[in-house]
Amino acid sequence: MTQHEHTALSEREASVAQDTQRTPLCLLIGNPNTGKTTLFNRLTGQNARIGNYPGITVERRSGDLTLNAGGAERVVEVVDVPGAYSLSARSAEEQIALSAVLGWAENPRPDLCIVVVDAGQLARNLYLVTQLLELDVKVVVALNMIDEVRDNPPNAGELSRFLGVPCVATDARHGTGMSELQRAIGAALAHPERAALRIAYPPALEADLTRVSAALPSAWRESTARERALALWALTSIEQDDELQGVDPALRARCLEVRAQAGARDIDREVIATRYALIDAELPKLYPRLESHPKKRKTSERVDRVLLHPVFGFVIFIGLMLLMFQSLFSWSDPAIRLIEACTSLSANFVEAHVPESILRDLLTRGVIGGVGNVVVFLPQILLLFFCIGILEDSGYMARVAFLMDRIMKALGLHGRAFVPMLSGFACAVPAILATRTMERQRDRLLTMLVVPLMTCSARLPVYTLIIAALFPPSRVFGWLPVQGLLMIAMYLFSTFITLISAGVLGRTAVKGRRVPLILELPPYRMPSLSGTLSMMWRRAVMFLKEAGSGILVFTILLWALLSFPRPAHVDQPPPPVASSQHVPSPIEQSYGGRLGKAIEPALKPLGFDWKIGVGLIGAFAAREVFVSTLGLVYGIDDADENTTPLRDKIRQERRADGSPAYSPLMGLSLMVFFALSCQCMSTLMVVYRETRAIRWPLFMFGYMTTLAYAASLLVYQGGRLLGF
Amino acid sequence: MNLAQTQIGQVVTVTHVAGEGSFRRRLMELGLVPGTRVEVIGVAPLGDPLELLLRGSSLSIRRAEAEGVSVQLGEGSSAELAADAVGRSPSNGALAARGLARSAP
Repeated sequence: MTQHEHTALSEREASVAQDTQRTPLCLLIGNPNTGKTTLFNRLTGQNARIGNYPGITVERRSGDLTLNAGGAERVVEVVDVPGAYSLSARSAEEQIALSAVLGWAENPRPDLCIVVVDAGQLARNLYLVTQLLELDVKVVVALNMIDEVRDNPPNAGELSRFLGVPCVATDARHGTGMSELQRAIGAALAHPERAALRIAYPPALEADLTRVSAALPSAWRESTARERALALWALTSIEQDDELQGVDPALRARCLEVRAQAGARDIDREVIATRYALIDAELPKLYPRLESHPKKRKTSERVDRVLLHPVFGFVIFIGLMLLMFQSLFSWSDPAIRLIEACTSLSANFVEAHVPESILRDLLTRGVIGGVGNVVVFLPQILLLFFCIGILEDSGYMARVAFLMDRIMKALGLHGRAFVPMLSGFACAVPAILATRTMERQRDRLLTMLVVPLMTCSARLPVYTLIIAALFPPSRVFGWLPVQGLLMIAMYLFSTFITLISAGVLGRTAVKGRRVPLILELPPYRMPSLSGTLSMMWRRAVMFLKEAGSGILVFTILLWALLSFPRPAHVDQPPPPVASSQHVPSPIEQSYGGRLGKAIEPALKPLGFDWKIGVGLIGAFAAREVFVSTLGLVYGIDDADENTTPLRDKIRQERRADGSPAYSPLMGLSLMVFFALSCQCMSTLMVVYRETRAIRWPLFMFGYMTTLAYAASLLVYQGGRLLGF
Repeated sequence: MNLAQTQIGQVVTVTHVAGEGSFRRRLMELGLVPGTRVEVIGVAPLGDPLELLLRGSSLSIRRAEAEGVSVQLGEGSSAELAADAVGRSPSNGALAARGLARSAP
């Protein structure tokens, strides 16, 4: 019954193998949580280049590995493929692994697949290995995390015999087995032969495979083994409503036809159960003893009895999340202040040494201000990714998803969205970057779209100014301060709206297929500091490179909008005038000022005048800039939320009839507007960078502005009807 | 009985997996094939999802999906179920164990 079959190398592949000029390409592939990324960092020395897979915004990390084979150095490119449990796919995202392995869809063709398997979970991990071997690709297996199964270590030699490919025991976290793995990689690259795995499926399925094979496009028929494996892949991936890319219509029709004719037979079960039967039969030979409940799991379960406890679990969870939030919110503050101080020092330096001109203003307010606007995000980004690195590495992040799934599910969000959402209370920019911890594009997108609704720290100066200027410091019931209550109300309001928006957007704009949750609670591990630090570094560099230039350009454009045309006589001292007489400030005559006046009719129903309008335009640079822009409108330089003159100006502002222009009701309307509108170009820029599609930042701006306008209108007009 | 009706600490054997095409396939690919021994490790404090241990690996799924996985108490006669998994006749099932063939390099 055993069939032996010689796998003939296609001529093209033989020529590739001989072509020593080309840098060989190795893929690092494996299940999630197998230490793939740690191994990648070990092999490539963390010189990762980060890009995207062709046609899809999924991160593709590649780096160089220098092999030292017999004195001669050889550079090999290594690509870290997103973790996958199987090659079968129903979406373009899940298809990445297969496309990368076969060099489809503009992916470069790899010379070798390094499959990383968890030495403690061979049964599940070997499933992917059987699929790869069936595909007739060259494979080297890294039997990773071998340190965690010291009491029952699998036999690498026996595994190698079973699979017919080299297997090397490794421990990427501590660097064990790296030179052996490199030797195996070098040897496999030099060796043109490889062995395909041929699993005998039930006869009825074999007949189906023959029929599907006949419909495969010619590009998919490189060898008999691959043809058969791709027929299997097609039969277990193609569905009536899948979202796969590049599937030939004839093949699709054939697969659907074969499935329809299968009748009572269960094709998926035939394929999967046969593969597992093969693995199960081999397991007793691989491990010294078969354990259905491995020791390392028992240790983690003991820890989980506390960390996932209905009471203590949540207490610890809330404590850890508060700690993380506190670090983002408060501990980043000294660094942020330092950056702001450096920015203003540089601006002052330029102002002192360059004669007054447009160029000087461009330098100080545009360029230096813009660079400051970019760098100021770094403390929070670094801190957040430090926390995420520790949470992921220790295995606690999976527990966060496990604990919060019930709540997040109701909102249509993934459990892992919790950390980005919480970070949104500090700043939307790092929070949006943090959505990358989620695997699915749809989950990332939905989280990104609602995170900017959370009350970020840049809204606080605006709220502080409005509350201090327009609301009396009185107390409710004699002891509850009105001002503090308002601040808390704004937080609650924004959280409430965020949750509602997630529910609505998840059912409308980013309506993805309902994807059931599949979560793995990995054993607890000591987090690796070097891995976390390198991830923080990579994220920071990526932010500077990708979003930095855009934020800089927008800062300069905003500066120009609020500075041109320049008034003719800047140096002319302001004539002494009575307070009722209006003196136009330079900003009033700028394009931005004119724009503010032009949109005044639209803002009137919300209770805003053109001055607020100009402030709103300025606030695009960052929400807190609203305060200093409003200050400029009133001719106050360097205003902040605690500046008394600005508060007084706001209180004293009168309408033509002498009544106060700004009422507490208008203040509330303005705060609601700020809570919901997308007054932050950095957020928009980061969303654009993360989605690589202009429509998502535009959509975000559109829906948030509409929401803000509608809510403010309701507050102001409703309040007036009620007689406020 | 189905997986959602089990108690923490129970050991059960999968008899059948139902559900929507691609998700059902994914569950089976993660090891939940008929004949598999599953230990129910825990339930999240809010009642969902469940944490399972199968083939030495952790897997958490929601109750809604666990309802589609039929199980029987105890370790069951897995050979019988495995045979049933592959074809309806034991002779086909036996194929799987001997199924590995390899090309000589």
